[in-house]
Amino acid sequence: MARKKECIAMLLAGGQGSRLGVLTKNIAKPAVPYGGKYRIIDFPLSNCVNSGINTVGVLTQYQPLELNDYIGNGQAWDLDRIDGGVHMLSPYQQIKGMEWYKGTANAIYQNINFIDRYNPEYVAVLSGDHIYKMDYNKMLDYHKKNNAACTIAMLEVPWEEASRFGLMILNDDNSISEFEEKPKNPRSNKASMGVYIFTWSKLRQYLIDDENNPESSNDFGKDVIPAMHKAGERMFAYLFDGYWKDVGTIDSLWEANLDLLNPKVDLDLSDASWKIYSRTPTTPPQYISATADIQNSMVSEGSRVFGEVDYSILFHDVTVEEGAKVRYSIVMPGAVVKKGAYVEYSIVAEDAVIESGAKVGASPEDYTDRGEWGIAVVGAGVTVGEGACVAPKTMISENISKEGK
Amino acid sequence: MTGQNIVGIVFSNAYDECLPEITGLRTMGSVPFAGRYRLIDFALSNMVNADIEKVGVITKSNYQSLMDHLGTGKPWDLSRKTEGMFLLPPFSTAEQGSNVDKIASLKGAMGFINRSNEEYVLFADCNTVFNADVREIMNFHTEKAADITILYKHGNSPALHDAMIMEVGEDGRVNKVLFSPAGAEDVNYSLNMILMKKSLLERLMNEAISQNLTDFESDIIQKNVDKLKIYGLEFNDYAVTIDSMASYFKANMSLLEPQNCLNLFNSERPVYTKLKDDMPATYGIGSDVKNSLIANGCIIDGEVENSIIFRGVRIEKGAIVKDSIVMQDTYIAQNAMINCVITDKNVVVTPNKTLSGAENYPVYIGKGIVI
Repeated sequence: MARKKECIAMLLAGGQGSRLGVLTKNIAKPAVPYGGKYRIIDFPLSNCVNSGINTVGVLTQYQPLELNDYIGNGQAWDLDRIDGGVHMLSPYQQIKGMEWYKGTANAIYQNINFIDRYNPEYVAVLSGDHIYKMDYNKMLDYHKKNNAACTIAMLEVPWEEASRFGLMILNDDNSISEFEEKPKNPRSNKASMGVYIFTWSKLRQYLIDDENNPESSNDFGKDVIPAMHKAGERMFAYLFDGYWKDVGTIDSLWEANLDLLNPKVDLDLSDASWKIYSRTPTTPPQYISATADIQNSMVSEGSRVFGEVDYSILFHDVTVEEGAKVRYSIVMPGAVVKKGAYVEYSIVAEDAVIESGAKVGASPEDYTDRGEWGIAVVGAGVTVGEGACVAPKTMISENISKEGK
Repeated sequence: MTGQNIVGIVFSNAYDECLPEITGLRTMGSVPFAGRYRLIDFALSNMVNADIEKVGVITKSNYQSLMDHLGTGKPWDLSRKTEGMFLLPPFSTAEQGSNVDKIASLKGAMGFINRSNEEYVLFADCNTVFNADVREIMNFHTEKAADITILYKHGNSPALHDAMIMEVGEDGRVNKVLFSPAGAEDVNYSLNMILMKKSLLERLMNEAISQNLTDFESDIIQKNVDKLKIYGLEFNDYAVTIDSMASYFKANMSLLEPQNCLNLFNSERPVYTKLKDDMPATYGIGSDVKNSLIANGCIIDGEVENSIIFRGVRIEKGAIVKDSIVMQDTYIAQNAMINCVITDKNVVVTPNKTLSGAENYPVYIGKGIVI
């Protein structure tokens, strides 16, 4: 038996993130690179560690290889602990048979034994695919003060976007009076961030009841939370007012990266008191040559820049050759942009090669019909041949040559 | 016995006196280098890249910063159940003077070496920077049936009192060892990476101690040139030896030559160092960076040219940094100008100040100083 923990975290990292297309062909969404040196999962993991939660179960299902490899024993996040630490939890075979995680609630249900080992008072259920910095400890204090069964972190979103979110209508004491899932005419702009704290004894029972309900889709948002609400449990909303972004789509992933270059955006990665930890590769410092011109960009170690980089994020070991241009783009580890190639409004995935004279993406200013425009994506390891062209809003997962397009 | 049958020995304090200012608070091994490294990283990486799994680091004094850097040895994969990294501080302060030679330092480490099961010992200093394949040295050593193999480089020797200058025959046999404290041009000089059998080292050390000999290079190597089969293996890639502030400055700057940088930092044999969780470097609007090495965690809004910028440095708008080495967490304020300057960690240069040195005499600003 492990030592008792007051609060442990369960991180939902099984999502495929199908809207990210070629970027999640071989990796789970939480493993998608972000911000020049991180992966999305670094944010919730670092939040846990910085909040004093040192026992984290990571629920994986879709393409777990890269994620397992990345997390390893958790040392990069200080999660290699004698007691607790990080645990990768994949679906497993049981006496009654083998089941995939049918939904978010079922994923936790299948790991009740894991949680029970630590006999926690509270369990935080987190999404592995959001970018934000948050002190879960403050939220836990709030949960305890309210003697709540469930506390849901919420964020005030612009009214015009509210209909894309799960919304909450609150009473004066911030207890939740009603839920609305993506309503056409929103009555509230208080959206759920997918960050929950539950009193474990309560949640445990609801998970078992939910599993026994054949009608249920075994989802937190659709089934368990409404069931708790219906039963009259004490449920509260916890207001969060920092930066938060769901990077579920190509556009939002691109935006969230470039947000780092916007001084008005409240996401400071240089804050020593709330570090975002990641597994750092062994690479020398970045080399910026005499022919380079870098403006308003983030560049990571091991990169070599000889060309022009403007308003972009370069991950580690990226090469931008002389005369190449990278604008408003995200270039992931190991990618090479050769002489005279031009990359703009694009995401270039790991180890992709943009040969000389190739053109990837285009500026929205060149399009009168904005519907035709979008971020171009070059998949991992893909070569864009000499002089070839990748149109905006396209996603390529195979090598292309000039003749091919 | 562990990897390659070799136990590595690194002298972390050797030649501290060459960089009196920078080693005032640290060992030669913990001198910052190339934007994110400490000099000892190169010696340690050379060893672990050849699968050496046991390394003793001999320290003499001032080793607090070294211990802080090395920790448990984890970044070099040397934090292990069996073997790994061992710090070997002196047993007592009585035996250490200000300028103790390797024989005296080794004396304190002989217990560690005696107890090791490995058959061979490989020595390395910290004031030399190169990326060598130690397996090649071992193969050469075996092939020649050598007693001692010394890695050497052809060129201008460093100005060190005990730098070995070697006459090497066609077959690699070292025929003569000379010393040239002021440095000599166009010679074969030792990179002080030396391989020999542990049993031989034990014998030579016993002899040296019983005769009260003190100098490793002259009393152990030079004296035995005729008696032992001493071989030299030439190293043809990028290598620098630091013998003064000027050469430390030049060695850093030599990495601005992309070929040198690619040679020292190749993907086959990575150079490991202690990791910090810094964000990527940020280049602001209006910044202008040319021909420089920049580490993560820097925020650059000013102008940087021909410089080495360490982790977490801030260069404000209007500031100009030229031909300089700017160590960790230095702050260069608005409209300040530095030229041929080495700033140690946590230096602050306040607005509108100008500091200028020369290439052969860079200005050094000590740790934490506010100008």
